[in-house]
Amino acid sequence: MKKPIIEFENFGFQYRAQAAPTLQDINLTLYEGETVLIVGPSGSGKSTLAHCINGLVPFFYPGTMTGSLRIQGKEQRSLSIFQLSELVGTVLQDPDGQFVGLTVAEDIAFKLENKNVPQAEMIGKVAAAAEAVDILAQLRSSPHELSGGQKQRTTLGGVLVDDVGILLFDEPLANLDPRTGKSAIELIERIGSRPDKTVIVIEHRLEDVLHGRVDRIVVMHEGRIRADLTPGELLSSDLLAETGIREPLYITALKYAGCRITPDGRPEHIDSVRLDDGVIGKLKSWYESQDREEIPEEREAVLELEQVDFGYDADRLILRDVSLRIGQGEMVSIVGKNGAGKSTLSKLICGFHHPGRGRILFRGRDMRGDTIKERSRHIGYVMQNPNQMISKGTVFEETAFGLQVRGVSGEELKERVFAALRICGLYEFRNWPISALSFGQKKRVTIASILVMKPDVLILDEPTAGQDYRHYNEMMEFLLELNRGGITVIMITHDMHLMMEYAHRTIVLADGRKIADDRPAAILTDPAVVATANLKETSVYELARRAGVGEPKEFVRRFIAYDRRIRAR
Amino acid sequence: MKAKMLTYTRLESPIHRLTGAVKLIFFALWSVTAMITYDTRSLLAMFLFGLVMFKISKVKFRDYSFVLYLILFFMLLNQLAVYLFSPAEGVKIYGTSHEWFHIAGRYNVTWEQLFYQFNILLKYFTVIPMALLFLLTTDPSEFAASLNRVGVSYRIAYAVSIAMRYIPDIQRDFHNISFAAQARGIDMSKKEKLGARIKNVSAVLMPLILTSLQRIETVSAAMELRAFGHGRTRTWYNARPFGKADFAALAIIVAILAGSMLLTFHDGSRFYNIFERTE
Repeated sequence: MKKPIIEFENFGFQYRAQAAPTLQDINLTLYEGETVLIVGPSGSGKSTLAHCINGLVPFFYPGTMTGSLRIQGKEQRSLSIFQLSELVGTVLQDPDGQFVGLTVAEDIAFKLENKNVPQAEMIGKVAAAAEAVDILAQLRSSPHELSGGQKQRTTLGGVLVDDVGILLFDEPLANLDPRTGKSAIELIERIGSRPDKTVIVIEHRLEDVLHGRVDRIVVMHEGRIRADLTPGELLSSDLLAETGIREPLYITALKYAGCRITPDGRPEHIDSVRLDDGVIGKLKSWYESQDREEIPEEREAVLELEQVDFGYDADRLILRDVSLRIGQGEMVSIVGKNGAGKSTLSKLICGFHHPGRGRILFRGRDMRGDTIKERSRHIGYVMQNPNQMISKGTVFEETAFGLQVRGVSGEELKERVFAALRICGLYEFRNWPISALSFGQKKRVTIASILVMKPDVLILDEPTAGQDYRHYNEMMEFLLELNRGGITVIMITHDMHLMMEYAHRTIVLADGRKIADDRPAAILTDPAVVATANLKETSVYELARRAGVGEPKEFVRRFIAYDRRIRAR
Repeated sequence: MKAKMLTYTRLESPIHRLTGAVKLIFFALWSVTAMITYDTRSLLAMFLFGLVMFKISKVKFRDYSFVLYLILFFMLLNQLAVYLFSPAEGVKIYGTSHEWFHIAGRYNVTWEQLFYQFNILLKYFTVIPMALLFLLTTDPSEFAASLNRVGVSYRIAYAVSIAMRYIPDIQRDFHNISFAAQARGIDMSKKEKLGARIKNVSAVLMPLILTSLQRIETVSAAMELRAFGHGRTRTWYNARPFGKADFAALAIIVAILAGSMLLTFHDGSRFYNIFERTE
């Protein structure tokens, strides 16, 4: 007999500051030992649902609840946030922000400390929890010595140390690179396989979560539960397209080939999806109907690095002998794991640091003598987090700031700002306070505030991080449009979809060296490069390999080319 | 990256092994003693004691060299200022005047003034090594536990610890934000006029404040979810019981305080006078 652990009954919730309820008519029961994935686009209420389970609602984010929510049989509103923390352990999405201890051991011990557990007992428990999440060797490390994945494992250790029955992961993949994300899912699966643990994962990166075992998927849409079904059923339905969630790539490939996806074909995992003769035949005829490789056009160089070395200390170089060439009007992605030198590279290009050796050329001219300000006329830089760039109150003021600093004023200022705002689709919002905008809109404001200075090259750090599929598409189509308008776009990213769907070329850095510079299809099918850059092999590659259709690399290339043509329509 | 400055490094020495609470009490009483006394003998003895402690602690020169140079520079300025503002302070205190040479107007150099300023210098040299030593040898995570032990509320003690945890993150935010601002042509260097510079600095401060507030929100949510603030007390993973060495250190500082006070006040004046009255 399955034991219900979490029961929502006609549940609803409205934040104090909101005019309409964020959650409505929620009826959902989760059972002991299940692993449940909750998907949905931004604003669908999935995070609020999580906050109701762990007690941040209403203790941290006040509001009104209707209906009933029982956790292990107890009404949520009768419990304090402390009592709830005895039942539910939460891993939030920002592994850095929630790391409260000065060392790994202290962070894991944090909850025990708050519960007055004696020190002697604590030491043993911390060691056991650290072992379970494989961080024992780093017990005395401080957070800035750890990678994002290690920080997340520490947080998970801090949850496991207290032996709670319900584990809640709020967007666990949001800040991790593809390979670290994959191991995070494997760890969650390992812990979720204990029969007394109920695991709830909130995430919109469906394919990545399905790498592990998922019993049920709850689809949220506009504050309601849209569907509650098995992974196979979900992938066989049209719900993903309707609610704006990206389907796994191998499913897309199968659909392109004209295959029908059904639950009994076990589509939930690339290793389980049934590839019978019918499916293989369809894949084969699709593959053969596609064109062979086209030769990319030669472009005039806009930005060149020639054998650049850089390091803060002479004996410890961060970049070594990096040469690269960005063509006029290209859209290039730069990848590599944290610490590979990606951000240092943009700092060199913008003139923040100067190369120890080698040259940086802009349209063939050495930029050595140019100041940061002079370079900012040609090269714009957009940060990952728009909140770190915005300093003014309204959209107009923020966009105009860079020009005002350069002494532009009056009609010319107005005209140029309006033009930039029109390009970014923000003209109607020009007098809005920035605080009233969504994350994606803020990001556009920061892009507008750079575009207004008419740069030739735009460098963007993780342009799509933290955005759901719909916002991802909007942002990327917008960048593509800018690119077609003649701006060269350089994107620093971990996002493999972005690379596959939009980059003309991908440059891979590892330990300060350029280890690859090729088209995305070639990068993503090279196991050595994929491993050193913390990427993941795409499931389309695996599909081609399993089906034995054509050359897997070529299959991926044809898939990407076909996909781009479909998207362009 | 930049070299770590004035931060705790894990080393094995008797000083490192002392608990943070004892080091804090020691440092506080030491500073009080050095502030009160102008007795040169006492100050000299304490200065030498400080040097010996430094030697025992095995702290590396490069860990504090930059700060030390900075302090030395400001000390020099301070000495000059003391002389410029009151060149006859020594004469007033010691009641005699032995002129060495005369500069101009009311500025002459007396042995009394030199001796007075030498004493001030000595005070700094007594306190500074101990302050450095305290910062360099106290494990920040154990320090919060120590504060709690000496009676500070655990919420405040933890606030100290969390501040230490997030200072590097906020520094990194600051670097990133100022990089993005400068890449937008917002100049904060001396090339810009002062008015514009102040305005441009706000372009960095505003986002920094907002990002930091966001950090605080995330951290406090994470802490609440892990039962922080639930009980009246909490235990500490890194707490350390007082050992023999800790009690010995406390005994030593009380003895130093008492000895210094005795030496200083037994003749009824804070100042140790080496000058003979020559009426």
